[in-house]
Amino acid sequence: MTKLAIQASNISKQYILGSSHRRKDSLREGIANALSAPIKGAIRSVRRLPKPTSPKDNIFWALKDVNFEIHQGDTVGIIGRNGAGKSTLLKILSRITEPSVGTIDLYGRVGALLEVGTGFHTELTGRENIFLNGAILGMTRAEIARKYDEMVDFSGMEKFIDTPVKRYSSGMALRLGFAVAAHLETEILIVDEVLAVGDAEFQRKCLGKMQNVAGEGRTVLFVSHNLNAVLNLCKRGIYLNHGQIVAMGSADEVVQTYTNMIDEDTVLGVADLTTHKGRNKAMTPIFRHIRLLNETGTPITDFKTGDTIMLEIGYDAGNASYDNVQVSVHSIFGERLCTVSSQFDPNAPQKLTGEGMITCVLPRLPLNEGDYSLTLSIGNKTVGDADMIESAMTFRVWFSDYFKTGASISSSLGYFIQESQWKLL
Amino acid sequence: MTIPQQVPYLQIRPTKGWANLQLREIWRYRELLVFMVWRDIIIRYKQTVVGAGWALVQPVLSMVVFSVVFGGLAGIPSDGVPYPIFNFAAMVPWTFFSGAFTRAANSLVNSGPLISKIYFPRLIIPTSTVFAGIIDFFIALAVLIIMMWVYILFGQIAPFLPQFTNPLGIAPYTIIQIPFISINWLWLPYLTIILTMTTLGVSFWFSAMMVPYRDIRFTVPFVIQLWLYISPVVYPTSMIKNDWLRLIYGLNPISGVVEGFRWALLGTTEFPASTIAISTVMAIILMGSGAIYFKRLERTFADVL
Repeated sequence: MTKLAIQASNISKQYILGSSHRRKDSLREGIANALSAPIKGAIRSVRRLPKPTSPKDNIFWALKDVNFEIHQGDTVGIIGRNGAGKSTLLKILSRITEPSVGTIDLYGRVGALLEVGTGFHTELTGRENIFLNGAILGMTRAEIARKYDEMVDFSGMEKFIDTPVKRYSSGMALRLGFAVAAHLETEILIVDEVLAVGDAEFQRKCLGKMQNVAGEGRTVLFVSHNLNAVLNLCKRGIYLNHGQIVAMGSADEVVQTYTNMIDEDTVLGVADLTTHKGRNKAMTPIFRHIRLLNETGTPITDFKTGDTIMLEIGYDAGNASYDNVQVSVHSIFGERLCTVSSQFDPNAPQKLTGEGMITCVLPRLPLNEGDYSLTLSIGNKTVGDADMIESAMTFRVWFSDYFKTGASISSSLGYFIQESQWKLL
Repeated sequence: MTIPQQVPYLQIRPTKGWANLQLREIWRYRELLVFMVWRDIIIRYKQTVVGAGWALVQPVLSMVVFSVVFGGLAGIPSDGVPYPIFNFAAMVPWTFFSGAFTRAANSLVNSGPLISKIYFPRLIIPTSTVFAGIIDFFIALAVLIIMMWVYILFGQIAPFLPQFTNPLGIAPYTIIQIPFISINWLWLPYLTIILTMTTLGVSFWFSAMMVPYRDIRFTVPFVIQLWLYISPVVYPTSMIKNDWLRLIYGLNPISGVVEGFRWALLGTTEFPASTIAISTVMAIILMGSGAIYFKRLERTFADVL
């Protein structure tokens, strides 16, 4: 029987929606509240948030009654869509934010790696940033000094170590950041999506390092959209949805459950988006529906490689005006394969306002056989993304003799189809 | 790497009511505090042509303007010493206070990405920003001393203070011996501690308040401007005749610090014992209440930023 590393009991986290908007333009309220807080607090010693809100429907539970046990040496992948509570859970475990209810017992020091190069300052040199970043991650000066050479070596940045980080490429900064983080020697390591950035070689290096860490008998919690990485790295899995644990067990089983559930609410090419679980709670609901049509205008979710897909997207922008609609295609494992934007098309409508529908035609679908999902976003330069829905729609692509040679092609050969010409010289 | 048999244990649970200050944890993170101070200092002076000279530009220019406007045009008395030196003795602590407070009040909001990505005691953020300002303070203090020296050379101020005793019995009037060093200078470190505590206290209050209420940002310059006028920076305390008023006036710890600086360096007033005592108490109250308020709001920082 192995020892416990983490025991979470009845963890819940509530957020109060919309309150941040109100706060911004209320100096009077703000000052009054700030000044009266200590007095009120003394009278009512138990109060959760600085600003009490009245309407109950504004309360959103990012996590609700989450219970789990993780043993020492476990590698656990946490999966789920955006807004399922994964990041909240990591933030609670790494003490960045507190749970509203519940307790977590941690046996061992926790090192949290929610971002590579946290606290890097571009004016400082690589060497200076190693020390600063190490200290921020919780290492002592002596510890950093001892591992300094190893870190520099791992990053491969010897030549540039005394150059300010602002002269680094983003990839170089990333490598340096990961080199520091990889030398955290805490008993429990929490990692969020770091592998989602960087080039393929860097990702492999990170994955390799994480496998070493897991092999050393330390406890690793890993959150990712990349299900392949979860399967490679983790023995166990936790699938979160709407702030609750849907499945827990071996990584294979949990990933299987997740992929089975991902497309259950898409019905024959139409998806209602007014309320959609893929929408991040912070977003304004603008999208109304999405429909996939083939060339003849029939709603359909099965296509052949080389087909034309027409997307029909209903929206209600209200009084706001948006000029950028994006659709990205994701693999079933969550990897973003490509993105199309209305800004890539000179003939696209410049301004979307009020209620309406927009169509987007994707000619000659270059995708290999497999399941894919679409993520939608709409916005403009001032607000960024106003609405975004992950996995708004899924569809299936069949290969069906695209090259007219009778050759079949398996999905393991990659996501994209590329024509090629071969000649004997 | 092997897992040690005895691993540290920690329980995470929602904090209720008044959080304790967790000073032990801040002590555990003292190295991070040092690193953050060091970072702030390096970044502030990297890539600036004048470098540490910036620490001087602001107080010296302010002193020149104040001397012309208040000392010259308005004819405000300066306790018998030339107005520029009278003013600059106050500008040294004042510039530290206003500069460190401005930067520290914004420090939490500016560290948003850090706060939402990693845990460490948040009090370190405003504290390190305030501490980083101490370098500027010492540079300005050095300039003040040089300025005093020049004034003595030109016979504008008395070469030494009544309390001055020369242990070596050497004639104290020569330039080489820096004739104006006084035993009263021993009070300067104490006054600097009161000054720092006051700055920390105000910074804790404002930086924490600014996280949920961003509009506090706009009030900071205004607060500093008002504070300048309720502190004896451009005028002497001796202008306040009413005893009661002067007592209330002394509740502002900066006025005790400024008076203390003038007394220790220029010897223009009597030893302001009661003012310094009140300032000490007020500084402790400000810093304590600020830290408690900060800790109370701390748990929501990551959610709001």
